[in-house]
Amino acid sequence: MTLQEALGTIAPHLGDAVCIHSNGYMSRAAYGVRDTPRCFYMIGSMGLASSIGLGIALVRPAERVVVFDGDGNVLMNLSTLARIAAAAPRNLVHLCFDNGAHASTGGQATISNVVRLDEVARAAGYRWSGRVDDSQALAAAVPQVLAQDGPSFLLVKVELVAGAPPGPRVPHTPVEMTHRLRRALGAEP
Amino acid sequence: MSTPCSAGRFVDALAGAGFDFFTGVPCSLVGSVIAELERRGTYFGETREDAALGVAAGACLAGRLPVVIMQNSGLGVSLNALGSLLALYELPVLLLVTWRGYRGQDAPEHLVMGEVLPRLLDLFAIPHRAPAAAELPQAARWAGATARETRKPVAVIITPGVLA
Repeated sequence: MTLQEALGTIAPHLGDAVCIHSNGYMSRAAYGVRDTPRCFYMIGSMGLASSIGLGIALVRPAERVVVFDGDGNVLMNLSTLARIAAAAPRNLVHLCFDNGAHASTGGQATISNVVRLDEVARAAGYRWSGRVDDSQALAAAVPQVLAQDGPSFLLVKVELVAGAPPGPRVPHTPVEMTHRLRRALGAEP
Repeated sequence: MSTPCSAGRFVDALAGAGFDFFTGVPCSLVGSVIAELERRGTYFGETREDAALGVAAGACLAGRLPVVIMQNSGLGVSLNALGSLLALYELPVLLLVTWRGYRGQDAPEHLVMGEVLPRLLDLFAIPHRAPAAAELPQAARWAGATARETRKPVAVIITPGVLA
C-alpha cells in the first residue's frame, strides 16, 4: 500500500475533522488527495504535528482532531506520545504512516523497523492502539478508529517509494493556512 | 531590589491582558506562577519546551492567546519551533522566559545562554522586555497588545527576585 492509497482510503471518512499534517511528503501527499479549510499543513517544526493537534483537541473537545504523522516525526519527538496519553483527549486520533524512512530527504532509514511505534503508544497509555499492513485492514479499521473515544493511535504500514514526490507542494502560504483554519473553527471572523 | 510582585497579581495581569491558555516547562524562578496557575486549574504542563510551543500553536489556531513558560535553557530547545511554526504561521504567544545565568551569577550550565539571552531574542526578532517587579503587570499588558498587533511571539524575561 502506498501513502497515497492509504490516504485515499481514509479521506472519505474524515467528514469535518480538523486534520493536522506533519511536514515533508506527508503534507504533499495529503494535499494531493484532499484539501479543506480544516486541513493544516505543517511545513517546518518537525515532530510537532501531534502537539499542534493536542492543543486544538484540548481547547475544542467537540471537534474531532486527526493527526497525520510519519515514523520519522513520531521518533523525533517521542515524548508527545506520553503527553497525549496522559492528557487523554477523547477527540484525538493519531495516524502514523510508517514507511521506515525519512522519505523526503532521500529515504534514509529510521528505526521504526526495530521499535514498534504502535506498541510505544500502547505502553504510553493511548486508549486504543493498533496497526494495519494492507488496504483491506485499513479500510476495515478506519471507521472504528475515527468514531471511537481516543486518544487512538493507528500505525499504517506503507511502502517506501523512490523517485518523484507523492504530491504537489502545498500552494497555501502558512499565514493563509492559519487564517482559514481559525475561520473554520470560529476563532476569527 | 524592589518588593517582588505576587504570583496572583501577575497572573491576574496576564488574564486581564487576554492570555487564556497556559503551558510550559518549569523553572524555579516562576515556581509561584505555575503553582498559582495550577491552583486556578489552567496550567497544562509539557515535557519539552518545543512541544509546549506546538500545543500553544494548536490552542492559538483554536482561538486562544497562549502563554508558554520556560527557562532560558528551553529557549534553545525552542528555536526551530519559533522560527518555522509560531513566527512563520503568525501565531502570537507570550514566552515567559526566566533568565538563569543573569549577570554571570549562576551555576555553570546557565552561563552561556545567560550571556546571550536578549541578543538571541533580538536575532529571532522577538520583542522582549525584562521588567522590574513593579513593572510586571504593565509588561503583561504590553505583551498582550504587542502579540495581538504583530501576530508574532513576544517575550517577557523574568529575572531573579522579581516574583514572590
